[in-house]
Amino acid sequence: MKSTTGIAAALLIALGGCANTGGSTASASSKADKQPTALAAGEAPFASTYRAYPSTPTVVRNVVIYDGEGARIDNGSVVMSGGEILAVGDGNLAAPAGAIEIDGTGKFVTPGIIDVHSHLGVYPSPGVQAHSDGNEATDPTTPDVWAEHSVWPQDPGFSRAMANGGITSLQILPGSANLMGGRSVTLKNVYSRTVQGMKFPGAPYGFKMACGENPKRVYGGRGRKPSTRMGNFAVNRQTWADARAYRDNKDHKYDLGNETLSGVLDGKILVHNHCYRADEMAQVIDMAKEAGYKITAFHHAVESYKIGDLLRENDICSAIWADWWGFKMEAYDAIPENAAILQNTGACVIIHSDDENGIQRLNQEAAKALADGRRMGIQISDAQAIRWLTYNAAKALGIEDKTGSLKPGKMADVVLWNGDPLSVYSRPEKVWVDGALLYDADDPARRAVSDFELGQPGAGDVK
Amino acid sequence: MSAPTTSLRAALLAGLAIAAAPLAAQTYAITGAKLITGDGSAPIENGTIVIQNGKVVAAGSSVAVPAGAERIDAGGKYVTPGIFAGFSRVGLVEVDAVSGTNDTQANSSPFNASIDVAPAINPTDTAFSVSRAAGVTRAVVSPDAATSIFAGQGALVDLGEDFDAVTIPRAFQFAEMGERGAREAGGSRAAAHTLFRNALREARDFGNRANVRGGGAAQSEGQRLSDVSPDLRMLESNADRPQDVLLTRFDAAALVPVVQGQQRLLVHVESANDILRTLDLKKEFPNLRLVLVGASEGWRVANRIAASGVPVIASALNDLPASFEQLAATQSNIGRMRDAGVKVAIGMIDDNDAHQLRYASQYAGNLVGLQKVPGATGLTWDEAFAAISGDVADIMGVGDRYGHLRVGAAGDVVLWSGDPLELSSTPERVWIDGVEQSLDNRQARLRERYRTPQEGVLPKAYER
Repeated sequence: MKSTTGIAAALLIALGGCANTGGSTASASSKADKQPTALAAGEAPFASTYRAYPSTPTVVRNVVIYDGEGARIDNGSVVMSGGEILAVGDGNLAAPAGAIEIDGTGKFVTPGIIDVHSHLGVYPSPGVQAHSDGNEATDPTTPDVWAEHSVWPQDPGFSRAMANGGITSLQILPGSANLMGGRSVTLKNVYSRTVQGMKFPGAPYGFKMACGENPKRVYGGRGRKPSTRMGNFAVNRQTWADARAYRDNKDHKYDLGNETLSGVLDGKILVHNHCYRADEMAQVIDMAKEAGYKITAFHHAVESYKIGDLLRENDICSAIWADWWGFKMEAYDAIPENAAILQNTGACVIIHSDDENGIQRLNQEAAKALADGRRMGIQISDAQAIRWLTYNAAKALGIEDKTGSLKPGKMADVVLWNGDPLSVYSRPEKVWVDGALLYDADDPARRAVSDFELGQPGAGDVK
Repeated sequence: MSAPTTSLRAALLAGLAIAAAPLAAQTYAITGAKLITGDGSAPIENGTIVIQNGKVVAAGSSVAVPAGAERIDAGGKYVTPGIFAGFSRVGLVEVDAVSGTNDTQANSSPFNASIDVAPAINPTDTAFSVSRAAGVTRAVVSPDAATSIFAGQGALVDLGEDFDAVTIPRAFQFAEMGERGAREAGGSRAAAHTLFRNALREARDFGNRANVRGGGAAQSEGQRLSDVSPDLRMLESNADRPQDVLLTRFDAAALVPVVQGQQRLLVHVESANDILRTLDLKKEFPNLRLVLVGASEGWRVANRIAASGVPVIASALNDLPASFEQLAATQSNIGRMRDAGVKVAIGMIDDNDAHQLRYASQYAGNLVGLQKVPGATGLTWDEAFAAISGDVADIMGVGDRYGHLRVGAAGDVVLWSGDPLELSSTPERVWIDGVEQSLDNRQARLRERYRTPQEGVLPKAYER
C-alpha cells in the first residue's frame, strides 16, 4: 500500500475514542513541584548518545558542487576530515594526509538532504496497527507527548531514505489529528539500537501543531470540541492562555504538557504547524502573536503562494510538497508553482515529504517545483532549489550552524550523486554522515539492513 | 490584469475553438520529430507522423506528407503516444475526503462484481484536465473493492475535454486476492479463494442456464457511451437459479464473461505466494484472462509468471516492506520481471491513483535511472516509455488501437518540450483522437491569479 502516511494518518487516525476530559492544562496545586526527576541540574532527559562513526579523510574532486546555501561550484573539490567539512572550493584544494581521493567527474555533491517532515519510526513499515504510534489523538491537545518515545529505530524506511534520497537528518513529527500533537525529535539518519543513539546532538525540539480539517473532523466525529475551525482556535487560545499562566506563576504542580508549551513561549522549542489554507495560516499567525510564540514553519501549506508576502514579513517558512493536491478539501487549491511563487516573493521555501516514499525523492520534488516555476517565468537557480532541502530545512530545525551546507567546520553530511540531483536519472552514489561513509552504491557492505529485514526475503537487496 | 493572464486566456480560447471544430476532416503531419512509437523500439530521428480523421495513417522516417495536410514542425522535439495510465481511478474522485465526489467504492451496496464504473466516470473532474496537461491521454479506470473480493468492472477511458470519456466500458473485472482480499472475504486468504471459486462456479452455472454472453468490450469504434447497448447480462436473463446461491443475480451475470474468458480479470496481489496461488486458479478456470496488478514480489517468481503468460501491471517504485505481503519489494522488480520474459507495464494501484497520473513519466524515468545503480535492474529508456504507453494497451488488449503510434491507431499524440521522462519537461501540445486539447486547468488559473500575491486595484476575486 503506497498511500501516504500523511494522508493515511489524516484519514484513518480517527479511531479510538478514549474519554478524556480536561485537555492537558495544569491543574492547580499548592505544591510548587520542580522537575520531579533524579537528573542532575542541566541534564536533559533521553539525551542523545549519537556519536559519529569512524571516518577517513576524503576528498572529492572534479565535481559539481551545490553548497546548500545557493552557490554552485563547477569542477570543485570537497575535503572532509575528522567528521567535518575541512574545505570546499576549486579543484586544487590540498588533501589531508592519508585522504581517500574520489574523482567526481560527471557527478555532483550536495549537503546531506534534510526532511523536516517525516513519520519514519512512528508510522514505520510495515504499516501494521501495532506500529501505529504517530499520534496520541486521544485528546485535542497532547503537548505532553514526545515523538521520540514512539520512534522504532528499526524502520526499514530509514535505509531507503538514505540510499535513494540522500537523507542524513530528519525531523520526526507527531501526526496531525490533534491541534497540538506533541514534541518532535530531530534524528541523524543513522541506524542505532536506541532512539537516543539516533538523536541529533544539540538539536532543539520542535512542537507539532495542526489546524484545519483534521482536528475538527477527528474530535467533531467523537461529539466533542473542536468540531469547527472556530472550535480549533478556541481550544488553542485557551490552552496558550493557561500555558502562559503556568509559565508566569511558579506555584504549580509540574506538568509535562505545560513544560513543553513554556518552552515554545520561551522560544526554545520551534513550532511546526500543519496548515493548508492561506486564510487559516493568516489567523494562526495572529493567534501566535496573541499567545506570544513564533511559528517557525507552516507544513503542507499548499496555499502559501496566496500569502507569500505575509509569510515573508513574519519570517515563516513553508514546508511543502511539489505537487500534491486534491486529497481533501483544504488541499484543493494546491498548485505546482507554490514553491516558485513563494521564492519569487522572498519567502522561505522548504521541500518536505510527509511520506516514506517521497522522502526517497525530495531532490526530484525540488526539480519539479523548479521546472514549474521556470515555465511561468520565474528564474530560480538549480543551486537555490537544492537549498530548499538542505540549508533552509536545517534552519527550520535550528541546526543550520551544524549541518545543511558545505561550510568548513560543519558536520561532513555529504551526498555524492551519480549525476545531477535535479535529474530523474540520478541517485546517490555515496552518502557520508559526520564524515563516515554509511552508503555506497558500489559496496553492498555499506548498505544498511534493519533488524526487521534481516533474514527476510530481499534483505540486503538493492532497493 | 497581467499580460500572461491575457495570453493564457487567448490560448484557452484557441483551444476551445479547436475542440469545437469538426475533427474528423482534419489531416495534419508532425514533421521533424524525435518519434517514439510506444512499442519499445528506438526513437526515430527526424520522424513524421500523419494523422487523418483522428487516426494515425503514417508514422516513420520516410513518410510523405499528404497534399493539403497541416504541417507542424516539431523541431527535433520528442513526439510520443500519449501516456496510457496503467491502473488508475481517474474520473471517480474530485476530492478524496469529500465523499459525495468519491465514487471509487460502495461500502453499502448490495452489489460487487456487477458494479460498472462507466457511468460514474466524470470527465469534468479536475484530475482529467491536470493529467491531460501532463500528457496522459488514456487510462485504465478501476473501481475499488468494498464488500467483496470483487470490486466490479472497470473501463478504459480517454482524457479528452468532452463528455465521452469512456473508450471501452466493462473492459475488465477487478478483484483483490492478497491481504485486502482476505479482509473483504471475511478474514482469511483461504476465504478469499473459496469465495472466488464459489463465485465463478455460480457464474459458470448461470451462464450455461441463461445462455449469457459477452458484456465486455461492447463499444465499437466511434461510438459514444450513450450509444452502447446496456449490459444485457443485467436485463434479459430470467433463467432460474438454484436456491442455494450466494451471489446476487446481477453479480453472477457479471462474472459470466470472466469465467468464459471474454472479459479480463485484473487481480491485485503483492506477495510471491499470492501471485502463484492466483496463477493456480487457471487450472480450475482455464479460460480466465488474468492480469496481475501490483505484484511487488513478482521478481521472486518471475519465471513462473512468464511461463503462465499472464501479464503484469506493476507498481514501479515500491521498495518498502509496507506490509507483510511486500517484504521483498524492490524497485528492480519490473526490470527483473521483464528480463525473465514477463509482459509488464506500470500502474499506480493505491498510489494517488485518482489525482497523480502525471507521476507515470517520473516513475518510468526512475526505472531508467536505476540502470546506473550497481546490482539493480532498471529499464532502458525505450522500454520505460513503452511501459507507460504501448505495453499498457497491449496488456489491456487494445494495442492495435491505442498506446502506439502505428497505422490505424488513435491519434493520441504528445509533443514534448524535452525528454518526456525528465522532470523538467512538459507537454507543449496534446492531441486525443486527433483533436488538439487545451492544457488549461484550474491550477493554471490559480497560478495566474496569484503570480503576485498582493491585491491590486480590485480584490483577487475579480482577476480571471
